[in-house]
Amino acid sequence: MSFFSDKLQAGRFVITAEIAPPKGTDVEAALATAEQLRIVDAINVTDNQGACMRMSPLALSRLLVEQGYEPILQVTCRDRNRMALQSDLLGASALGIENLLLLTGDHPRFGDHTASRPVFDLDSVQLLKGVIGLQNGIDMAGNRLASAPRFFTGAAAAPAAEPRQLVIRKIEKKINCGANFFQTQAVFHRPQVESFMETVGNYKVPVLLGVLLLKNTRMAQFLNAQIPGVQVPLNLLKRLEGVDDPLQEGVQIAREMVSWARELCQGVHLMTFGREDLIPQILAE
Amino acid sequence: MIISSPKDRQKLEHLLQNYRSVFLVGCGSCATVCKVGGEEEVFATQEWLEEGGRDVTGSMILDEACHIMRAARELRRFRDQVEEADVLLVLSCGAGAQSISDCTDKPVLTGVDPLFLGNVRRFGQYEEKCSLCGDCILNETGGICPVTTCAKGLLNGPCGGMEDGHCEVDHEQECAWVRIYHRLENQTQGVFSHIVEPKDWSRKFKPGKHLLDRKSFAEPHK
Repeated sequence: MSFFSDKLQAGRFVITAEIAPPKGTDVEAALATAEQLRIVDAINVTDNQGACMRMSPLALSRLLVEQGYEPILQVTCRDRNRMALQSDLLGASALGIENLLLLTGDHPRFGDHTASRPVFDLDSVQLLKGVIGLQNGIDMAGNRLASAPRFFTGAAAAPAAEPRQLVIRKIEKKINCGANFFQTQAVFHRPQVESFMETVGNYKVPVLLGVLLLKNTRMAQFLNAQIPGVQVPLNLLKRLEGVDDPLQEGVQIAREMVSWARELCQGVHLMTFGREDLIPQILAE
Repeated sequence: MIISSPKDRQKLEHLLQNYRSVFLVGCGSCATVCKVGGEEEVFATQEWLEEGGRDVTGSMILDEACHIMRAARELRRFRDQVEEADVLLVLSCGAGAQSISDCTDKPVLTGVDPLFLGNVRRFGQYEEKCSLCGDCILNETGGICPVTTCAKGLLNGPCGGMEDGHCEVDHEQECAWVRIYHRLENQTQGVFSHIVEPKDWSRKFKPGKHLLDRKSFAEPHK
């Protein structure tokens, strides 16, 4: 299986980051970003992130495979029904893509095609279960496949979301449907990480803590207002406000979160939004 | 009941631009209750049309515009006025409008946009709770429909966008899954105790058709 899965299963600390495919056909900038991500273990390729239409992550993931990277293909349930999802997954396997992150997906209301029809024919749990079926050579309608794919599947978790018990119930379902790892939403509050890991740690499924680089106060306010499930607390807003170089303060905050991850989780998922050049600093111990 | 909203007058004006005379049809059921096609609205529309220089050849309010045969019969009673009109303007849901368009060769326009099957909270306040999906899950979800009341129609719990128990799409609204969770706290575990399979959308085959089995109807307890 993938290097990423081997490392996770060996219990070593794993680092992932992410690339958004271009809004267009030229992949040069995306591949340049990937070059800066040589130091991480795997690269998530987002799927019409924030419900904004971009190049298919399947295409960019394949290009990354060709260049020797290890992509984690993100697949959301927002834009495709179960037929299209399975069909893309068979294609992904044929193209050498081994890692998947299976997600529900942001609602189209948040994106650039607000008039599009939200699909959500499956939810993330059903998609995870569907992938188990494909790996066993059976599609979701019970038909036999001529050959079966092999994937290392992960899912998302939202440690900051309340009520927590309800979040845990969903995580349990995802684990029962074969989630091999979790990548979390950005969490900015250490006690949230601690209490989350106290419960989820018992399941022995590796958790990669979401760490988001706050570049300035404006970005933090935008996240609070616009991004579902992400809340930057007041004390961090104040830290960003009170310094001459908010970006450097953001790096410092991210470093602190990486240290929580090293202590409490099994890996870290970095969201740096164009400042991938700062990742070595964020990871410096 | 079917909840509709009126098309805006500018749009309606554009639709009517090639027509001089209009026959108006309203509906005494849902369209009256949600105030898009009752007597009051038909009258207001007539005034608006006449102010705009059009003739209104006549109007009628059907008891239930969705009743195909009755709509046809009523329309025949107004044959002369209908004949005189260039166009029929129907102020009812799309079902009602199609009862009318099925029984006349005249062009039929609809003056409302049907929205959803709605419950009435109080007058003027309507809530969508059922989307007629054909594969009801209420028995497992404590009588709260996630297909309709979860913005994404998820069947296995909330999405990651839930914030303080509220929906990512509408912060005013409590997350459907939080409601289901609390409702089931004192009941059986229902939907949380197992993986809910993907919905059978073949039950929602379009166009919908349903034939009541007359035999079982006559002997309901057999």
